[in-house]
Amino acid sequence: MNMEQASALEEEQRQRLVKCVVWDLDNTLWDGTLLEGGIKGLRPGVLALMKTLDQRGILQSIASKNEHRPALEQLQSLGIAEYFLCPQINWGAKSASIERIAKALNIGLDTFAFIDDQAFEREEVAFSLPRVLCVDANELDSLAARAEFIPRFITEDSARRRQMYMADIKRNAVEEHFEGAQDSFLASLKMKLRIGHACEADLKRAEELTLRTNQLNTTGYTYSYDELNAFRQSEGHHLLVASLEDKYGTYGKIGLVLIALEQDVWVIKLLLMSCRVMTRGVGTVLINHLRNQAREQGVRLLAEMLPNDRNRMMYMTYKFNHFSELEKQGRLVIFENDLSITHDFPAYLIPEIGE
Amino acid sequence: MNFEEIAVKSHEFVSQYLNGAEVGREVDLFATGMVNSLFAMQLVLFVEREFGFAVDNEDLDYDNFRSINAIADFAGRKLGLGATA
Repeated sequence: MNMEQASALEEEQRQRLVKCVVWDLDNTLWDGTLLEGGIKGLRPGVLALMKTLDQRGILQSIASKNEHRPALEQLQSLGIAEYFLCPQINWGAKSASIERIAKALNIGLDTFAFIDDQAFEREEVAFSLPRVLCVDANELDSLAARAEFIPRFITEDSARRRQMYMADIKRNAVEEHFEGAQDSFLASLKMKLRIGHACEADLKRAEELTLRTNQLNTTGYTYSYDELNAFRQSEGHHLLVASLEDKYGTYGKIGLVLIALEQDVWVIKLLLMSCRVMTRGVGTVLINHLRNQAREQGVRLLAEMLPNDRNRMMYMTYKFNHFSELEKQGRLVIFENDLSITHDFPAYLIPEIGE
Repeated sequence: MNFEEIAVKSHEFVSQYLNGAEVGREVDLFATGMVNSLFAMQLVLFVEREFGFAVDNEDLDYDNFRSINAIADFAGRKLGLGATA
């Protein structure tokens, strides 16, 4: 990767997509003030916008200063309560509410948009959380057409993203109250991890993963659909996709690995995972699988890593899985794996290796 | 702070994180699959916060974090405690 590509990558990372829209309620989502005489229904265009965002895989939540129960009941009677994940209806600062939502959903604040009719609230959020995009409730008409709200692809996984997060919330609640050790909890999930070569149907999601995944991404290289399709068919590359499910449902396709195959060396160009599987041990299992494969093929295993301020976790994941620095080319770190150390897969996550 | 105190604090952190699991000081946290990406990160942040030094990329080594004793050894070295148990 040369300097030009590196700066193009930085530019790409600046053009963030919105992953979660947080709505105010009174005079934003609905018309009127709930605790002062009730409401006159949803504001025009709101329902259509909510549905559009949902189909695009953009999550939605609420930050409203209201009484929790009546507001929730109102959402239920409007038949829209299930659209909102972790709604925050309280009298605290909205910035604090948005931070709680980001923490609960485990996505970065710079992928949040906040819609409110009151300048005071938008300014409070903009001041405390400058990375959140604040939108005036008067600008709803143009919102769906704004670039930040248009993901490059609508995939099978994006259309059911809300359901997947709801399954996550259920899992997390169980995890929080689980009496016993972490590994018994993981065992209780009955996870199934599948690792296989990407097929054509995986490519949209694969491209989406390269664009959406920032934290658990070793290099941040983004590839177009056509490039990925070429890698998939190339003799010189392996393009692997990992998917995970457990007893609560599917997590969808959550991991992607691109390996450049050379004579005696495999180079991992990209290894990324969805943030949603951060605590599932998937990274270690993926790397262990690659180590086994490299050992079988009798090749050295190298990996490229482009450290930035967000992906330190992947640096650690490599380091803690027997990679050490071989050389540095500018910001680019080349790792080599010590294949002499072997590990079994953890009992709770033995991958099924597909074709 | 001595080696024993570092080991006790590290043990507390690890057991708490693993929801009260009984973890021996020599148990390989990585080999047993206890370590995931988030835990690895939390462990490093814990060491930085608790013992007051920055963990450089060069220090992010399997051998420095593989077990509670390894963490205590590593932190002890960084804090200049010299010989350890």
